[in-house]
This record gives sequence, C-alpha cells and structure tokens, in this order.
Amino acid sequence: MRVVAETANGAVAEAMRQIEPHVVAAYPITPQTEVVEEFAGYVSDGRVRTRFVPVESEHSAMSICVGASAAGARVITATSSQGLAYMWEMLYIASGNRLPIVMALVNRALSAPINIHCDHSDSMGARDSGWIQIYCRDAQEVYDTFIQALPIAEHEDVRLPVMVCYDGFIVSHSLARIEMMTDERVRDFIGSYKAVYPLLDRDHPVIYGPLVLYDYYMEFKRQQAEAMNRALEVVFEIGKRFGKISGRSYGLVSSYRMEDADIALAALSSTARTAEVIADELRDQGIRAGVISPRLFRPFPAKALLQALGGIKVLGVLDRADSIGAGMAPLAADIGAALQSAGSNIRLYNRVYGLGGRDLTLSDLKSFFLSLERAGQGKEMPAHFGYLGVRED
Amino acid sequence: MVIKLREISKKKPLFTGGHRLCAGCGAAVIARQVMNMVDEPVVIGNGTGCLEVTTSIYPFSSWNVSWIHSAFPNTASTIAGVESAWRALRDFGEMKDNYRFIAFAGDGGTYDIGLQALSGAIERGHRFLYVCYNNQAYMNTGYQRSGATPASSWSSTTPVGTKQKGKPGRSKDLTAITAAHKIPYVAQASPGFWNDLMLKVERALQIDGPSFINVIQPCIPGWGILPRDSMRLAKLAVDTCYWPLYEIIDGRECTINYHPKQKLPLTEFLSLQKRFKHLLKDENRALLEELQAEVDTDWEMLMMRCVGSLR
Repeated sequence: MRVVAETANGAVAEAMRQIEPHVVAAYPITPQTEVVEEFAGYVSDGRVRTRFVPVESEHSAMSICVGASAAGARVITATSSQGLAYMWEMLYIASGNRLPIVMALVNRALSAPINIHCDHSDSMGARDSGWIQIYCRDAQEVYDTFIQALPIAEHEDVRLPVMVCYDGFIVSHSLARIEMMTDERVRDFIGSYKAVYPLLDRDHPVIYGPLVLYDYYMEFKRQQAEAMNRALEVVFEIGKRFGKISGRSYGLVSSYRMEDADIALAALSSTARTAEVIADELRDQGIRAGVISPRLFRPFPAKALLQALGGIKVLGVLDRADSIGAGMAPLAADIGAALQSAGSNIRLYNRVYGLGGRDLTLSDLKSFFLSLERAGQGKEMPAHFGYLGVRED
Repeated sequence: MVIKLREISKKKPLFTGGHRLCAGCGAAVIARQVMNMVDEPVVIGNGTGCLEVTTSIYPFSSWNVSWIHSAFPNTASTIAGVESAWRALRDFGEMKDNYRFIAFAGDGGTYDIGLQALSGAIERGHRFLYVCYNNQAYMNTGYQRSGATPASSWSSTTPVGTKQKGKPGRSKDLTAITAAHKIPYVAQASPGFWNDLMLKVERALQIDGPSFINVIQPCIPGWGILPRDSMRLAKLAVDTCYWPLYEIIDGRECTINYHPKQKLPLTEFLSLQKRFKHLLKDENRALLEELQAEVDTDWEMLMMRCVGSLR
C-alpha cells in the first residue's frame, strides 16, 4: 500500500496504468482532461502496452470503445458533460451490445449556458442508457470504485458498461489523501480478461448490431434489464471482496449516523460528505440527523436504500440536476418510487442545488435540515420541491 | 496480379445470397466483388444503410465472417476500434492472426454524417479498407439528397418543381478529400469494371494503413432504373467519364486506370434514369449542358493531375 496526495483525476489515470487495459479511446474535455493527458504520458513512456486512441470526437471515442470491446479487448474511456452528450447514441449501443466498457465520468453541467463546473445533469441524462452508474463521494472512493468497475462490468451475470461518476473540480481537481494498492494486488483483483463472443475469433465468426425488429427486439431489451438487475448483487459482492484486500469495504448505499435517525438527507457524491458536517452539528443540538448516499444509482438499490432509511420520518433529497418539467428531480423521483412501492410513509422533500458548480453553503444546508426537523414535528409544511442557494427574484 | 475467375468461383463465399437487397442492386455486386478478394481473417464494419439492414435481419446473416454494425455516422471509428483491439491483443501477446478490416458504408454515411469519423480514422492511420458504396443519395430512407447527389438530380428532398429543378449545387469530391489526407491508397471504382475493382481491393488489403475506395453504385429504385440495366449503368458511368476509374497513392501519385476508347456523351448515362428524366426536356437544356460541362472539366482536371503527378 502507498499513501499519496493525489487528485481524483490523477488517481483514475494511475488506476488505469495499474489495470493496463488493451484499449483506451478518449477525447479531452474539462474537467476530465488530466485523466487523458496523464494516461497518454504512461503510454508514451512505455509504462503500459495499452493502445491509446486519441480520437477526433467523443462520438468516435465511444465508437472505438464499442468496436474494440466487441473485438475482445478490455476497454476504458473518460469524459464529461458535452462529451457524454456527444456520445449519446453510442451509450445505448454499448449497453445494448452488452459490452463491459468502463468510463470515468467527471460530472459537469450541460450547456446552455456553457459552464465548466460540477453538476450531475450529464450523467443523470444518461440514467436510462443501460449503463451501471456508481457515484463517488471522494477521491479515495473514486480510486477504489474504478478498480471495482471492471470486475463488475465483466462479470458473467452482468456484461454491461459501467460509469464511475465523480464531481468535477470539487473532487476531480482537489488534492486528497489516497491509499493506493500495489500493481500486483490490482491485477490480481481484476483478473485477466477473456471476452465471451469476440469478433476476433476466426473459427467462430459473430455478428454484432444486427437489425432486430418487433419479433425479437423486446426479448433483447428484457434480457438487458435482467442483467442490470443482477448487477445489484454483483456490485455488492465485489464491494465486499474489495474490502478484504484493501480494508475499505463498499455496499450499495452509504449511511452516516442513520441507526437512530429521525430525519435524514440523501445526496449523491461529494455533497453527502458536506451533509455529514451538518448532521454532526444537529446531533450536538440534540436533533437525531443522518445522511444516506446511494453509491449505486443504476441499477437503483431500492431495497438497500429502504433498509438504510430505517425508521426515519422525514427525508430531504438533494439533487444536483433538475429534471425540468417533471416536478421532482431524478434522485428524489427514484427514492419516492421506492418509498411508494414499499408502502412507506416517510415524507420526502426535494431540493435542487449546486447547478453549474454553485456552492452549496453550510447555512443553506442547515436551514433545509432544520425545516425537515420542524416538518417532522408537524410545525411546518415545507414545499415538496424547490431550489437551494438560488436568487429568487 | 491477374484475377482468375475460375479460382474465385471455387472459394467459399464470405458474402452470401439470400439477403434482402433489391434485385439488380449494385451494392450486393460490390460487396461480393470486395469479399471475393479476402484471403486472410477479416472483420467487417457496416454502417447503417441498405447493405446493413438487408444482410443482417435477425436471426439471419449474409456474412460468413465476423461483422459489426454500430451506428450511422461512425463506420470508420467502429472498425478503427476493432483494429485497435487487434493491435493491442497482438502487443499483449494474446493474438497471432494477421487480420484485415473492411468498412462498408453508403454515401450518406460517408460523404455526410460519417465524414468526421472517416477523416479522423484515416488521419490516425488505422489499418482498414473503407468502401463507400455510392448510390448518390440516401436510398435506404427513400432517395433523399446527399452530398454525393449530382447537380440537378431529382431526389425526394430536391424534387423537380416549377421553381426548382432537382438538386441545386454540385456534389462534393470526396475521393479528392480523402486523397488530401495523404493516406497510402485512394481509388474510384465501378462494379461494371469488376477486374479493376477487385485489383484495387487486393492492393488496398495489402496496406498496413488506411485505404479508401469510392465505388459508384447503381440503385434500382433511387435512380429509377430496370434491374437488368444496373451493370450497364455502372459501365456507362465510366465510359461517359462521369465516374472515372483512378487511384491516388500517398496523396501524390495519381493514375487513371481506364481511358474510354470513345468518351460517350453524358446523355447515354442519364437517359436510362428517372432521376434525370427532366434534364432531357428542351426547357432544361441549360441544366444538362452545365452537368456535361462539369463532367468534361472534372475529367480534364483529373488528366492534368495524373500527368503532372509524381511517379
């Protein structure tokens, strides 16, 4: 084990070096650029044998990934924001062909107006694209998750692409203390790769991407959905297995002081860490507050989430992406559906925050938390949906 | 190199019959002629279009080799991905076979929506042969104009009306555009000249880098022709110098592979096609003359380029 001071982007590039995939195809975009640059350096210095394809666009980046993965290679890419948007049709083609591609998605707002800072509108827009999505709270989780992503993607019960999401600049560019494993340990953990139906098998020619009409299309999609559901167990198992070699075990939902909580906040990624600070403060004032953070977002870990919520009465859900016109943002909508299906009477309040990198201040967070507390006591009825930290006029 | 048809007839067909292309379709002839020249392990990349939809209807396939279709604008980058995987697997010592890679896409997927991916892939130098089966419009979706549609041609999005007579403006010269990338091999071919086309495929498949062959493809419904006239038109396109057969090596060395003994008037080519029917009317004589003048000028310029090119 090594302890280093590194950014999440640097940690991903280092994890990629340790993994040494067959093919990396990527196009630079802020705030992902460092990942591509640093990895290009490893290629130039001969530290990896990886075929690095510096493409002319993100559409081609994902097309190369699709071609290379179908051919039988282990494939990694990285992007952000418009880059992910430009890959759009290829995301569905990657998952529809059951290709275990791994992507580092450094979350950044979508244009217009153009903005380079963090929100989750890029990955949230891709939540129905058939990719497994895992959100990381800090740089250590980014490194650890990136190493877990390949065994998840390549698992025989899954064979689906995985998006490892982390907050642009906030996590991607901040130096953090990271424990890194040895190359041998990483390689042992991910194992060698043998593609199931590679194009490059002269004795067994295969067809990828045929025209499938109404007589078979629905079975294809149903099987894909079943593979996605099986990923719940696989992500859990691999998170535990990772714990055995690293001492850092992972589940599907991260919880903070939830055991006896009355109220809780739910948030993805780095904001969950910020919310923990406020939860501690409220605890000091005698309010039993907790935080939950779904680590896995696709497939949605409804069961694990309900378990983590325990006996709380009120839940505030923080979304770093809006679903314009829906009346509820993505994370809240999914949690709400899980609560409804389980017949839960936990009351849910949703706030959109932090778009385009807008800071979520501790005071905004605290006042939201306190309004939840008053709602729990029946003293106040906050709006079910709204925005935090935005000019109101 | 001599093409021996007797030998070729004994080979196991890599592209088989039973597909759903139109009777007389030039794309099927092109695919067959190209696949006849494949002697090494190969992977085919096929862009969305006529050839793809008619040869891959699940659970059937006309391909006896590995084949991938991913989307419309990325035939070049998809096959470049397959090629990159092959190179990597060789570098990792996990693959010994010497593979070749061939991309097939129509003019829609090549001249227009796929131009960026094509340009990027040939500039990066991947080993693959890109075959554009060029029927000069978006035939798969019902004959809409493309960047390859010739001036004044009817298409369903450039109909012949009272104000506008077919497509305004000229087609782009994609063969020259790819040659400007200075890649090892670029050529124009026609399935009507099978010997020339197949020799070009053979040359291209020997290259450890990118090559591009732009093949004119008569389209039965899109051109408004009879199935039996398909190969006749493929020949007339060349004999009228509407579609000259030539090749450019490394963006410099240009050779015309076939000089018609007698350059036929363009009307010989146009008059068999419904898409040009209006050009034969007296009122549109000027448009016909413009098109003939364009063909003449392009042919002269091509001859000058080839005469003056480095050998």
